[in-house]
Amino acid sequence: MALRKSSGPTVTVAQAFLVLWAVVSTVPLLWAVVSSFKSDPEIVADPWALPKMLRWENFARAWDSASIGTYFGNTVIVVGGGVTLTLLLSAMAAYVFARFEFRLKGVLYYFFVAGMTFPVFMALVPLFFVVQNLGLGDSLGGLILVYTAYSLPFSMFFLVAFFRTLPGEIAEAATLDGCGEIATFFRIMLPMARPGLISVGIFNFIGQWNQYLIPLVLVSDDSRFVLSQGLANLAVEQGYAGDRSGLFAGLTIAMLPILVVYALLQGRVQAGMTAGALK
Amino acid sequence: MASRHRSRVIVGFLAAPLLLYTVFVASPYVQAFYIALTDWRGLSAEADLVGLANFAELSGDPVFWKALLNNVILLVTLPLVTIGLALFLAFMLNAAGGPRSGEIRGVKGAGFYRVVYFFPYILSIAIIGVLWTNIYNPINGLLNGGLRAVGLGEVQPSWLGDERLAFWAVLAVLVWNGVGFYVVLFTAGIKAIPASLLEAAVLDGASRTQIFFRITVPLIWENIRTATVYLGIAALDAFAVVQIMTAGGPNDSTQVASFYLYQNAFSYGRFGYASAMGVVLFAVTLALSAFTLRATRRERIEF
Repeated sequence: MALRKSSGPTVTVAQAFLVLWAVVSTVPLLWAVVSSFKSDPEIVADPWALPKMLRWENFARAWDSASIGTYFGNTVIVVGGGVTLTLLLSAMAAYVFARFEFRLKGVLYYFFVAGMTFPVFMALVPLFFVVQNLGLGDSLGGLILVYTAYSLPFSMFFLVAFFRTLPGEIAEAATLDGCGEIATFFRIMLPMARPGLISVGIFNFIGQWNQYLIPLVLVSDDSRFVLSQGLANLAVEQGYAGDRSGLFAGLTIAMLPILVVYALLQGRVQAGMTAGALK
Repeated sequence: MASRHRSRVIVGFLAAPLLLYTVFVASPYVQAFYIALTDWRGLSAEADLVGLANFAELSGDPVFWKALLNNVILLVTLPLVTIGLALFLAFMLNAAGGPRSGEIRGVKGAGFYRVVYFFPYILSIAIIGVLWTNIYNPINGLLNGGLRAVGLGEVQPSWLGDERLAFWAVLAVLVWNGVGFYVVLFTAGIKAIPASLLEAAVLDGASRTQIFFRITVPLIWENIRTATVYLGIAALDAFAVVQIMTAGGPNDSTQVASFYLYQNAFSYGRFGYASAMGVVLFAVTLALSAFTLRATRRERIEF
């Protein structure tokens, strides 16, 4: 009874906080979108004013002259390649660790998993030279391989746990029926592991799409920039050059795909992103 | 025969992942220890072993100490503020709807809030850095524009340009970026608490505050621990935000170890010195994760 009496104002206060944080979370993003339709003088005059007209040409300028289109294409290639390769290789390794007993299994497993614990900064200098020496500097292929390598430990760790929950009898029955191990893996185990692969795929898609440090260090040729890197570079250049509306248009172009993917699949995205933390 | 086939599968499936991981992840970590002992300055082959000279220089480098100090302040403040805020919001979302017909449910629109709170987290930290640099812009940024709009035209801080404010402005961006993720994480934990436990507490006359501290927090302690470790790692990083928003300035007030390392390696070409910093960071990270896991260890509550 006492609680019910006090619940009126408390719930109102709680709601007020919830609304406040919703505003804090969204207003900066909305501001970028609104500003991307303004002209430069409008942006300078009043940051809170709405655009007098929708200047779509800002987007065209960002896409072409500011090379956002090129960066976008590069990002699609690198993330497409990176996520596909990560899923394939981590599923293969995870399958072996989950299903077979062999010498050095424990050692190899911990060797892999150790990669999750170290800060990437420590490896930054040697990584740069390893990639240079292999002739993979300034290349999208090099980025795909490095993204994949750094995504492997967590992805494999997660999928091992997932493969362990699948009934082993099905794979054994398939093998007995004359299905080879490789066919068993691709035709039976991978389809059964789909929910796990989707979680890992979403996790890596967002992680690799947003990656900034690795391309910053490995790629210096601006025709090979990815989106996050190109945008940061643009901000430094244009902060003084004055094309603020073009910059906001670039920001909007970079934000939208990820927000759309999230809006469409939000339950799955949240599950995929928190999967690691909840294990 | 079957076993030969099997070992071929094991080797075949492991070869490619193992090779990639060894070349791009494991070998750089190992090399870092060696490079840290040299005076290597880059693409020339000249690299002389100098023993611990880099570490000795580091111990007397005031900028490095300033950077580490800032990391330590982040290490305390970032988890504290982010987890506090996220716990509060998650609790409000899930348990503050009030008991109706003996049942505790979330507030209206809880699903909507969870979706919206997650927005900042899924964006690239580079995009966030660029966006907030503009928000903090003293002349035509969102913040000072807002202050002018409410009649505070006299109060126009230069935010990232102000030595006393810049660090906290950076911290605010990191908190803004992370809170939504932890709301979702804690929500998953709170949802797993059996409703019967909360009902019993309500029947016993427990207040909301009591429910929060005596039931919710202890029962999702594992999630809070995980959050502490994740945020600790983020506090030791903070690279993108610093690099994009402040470049460590003004006057090193926002300098962090990761950015100072990057500057030494890729702006000054001091690869040996930068690697020595990497090794120190590595040691600090290991020590801190061990410490955090020990310090937050509690009797695990099964339910």
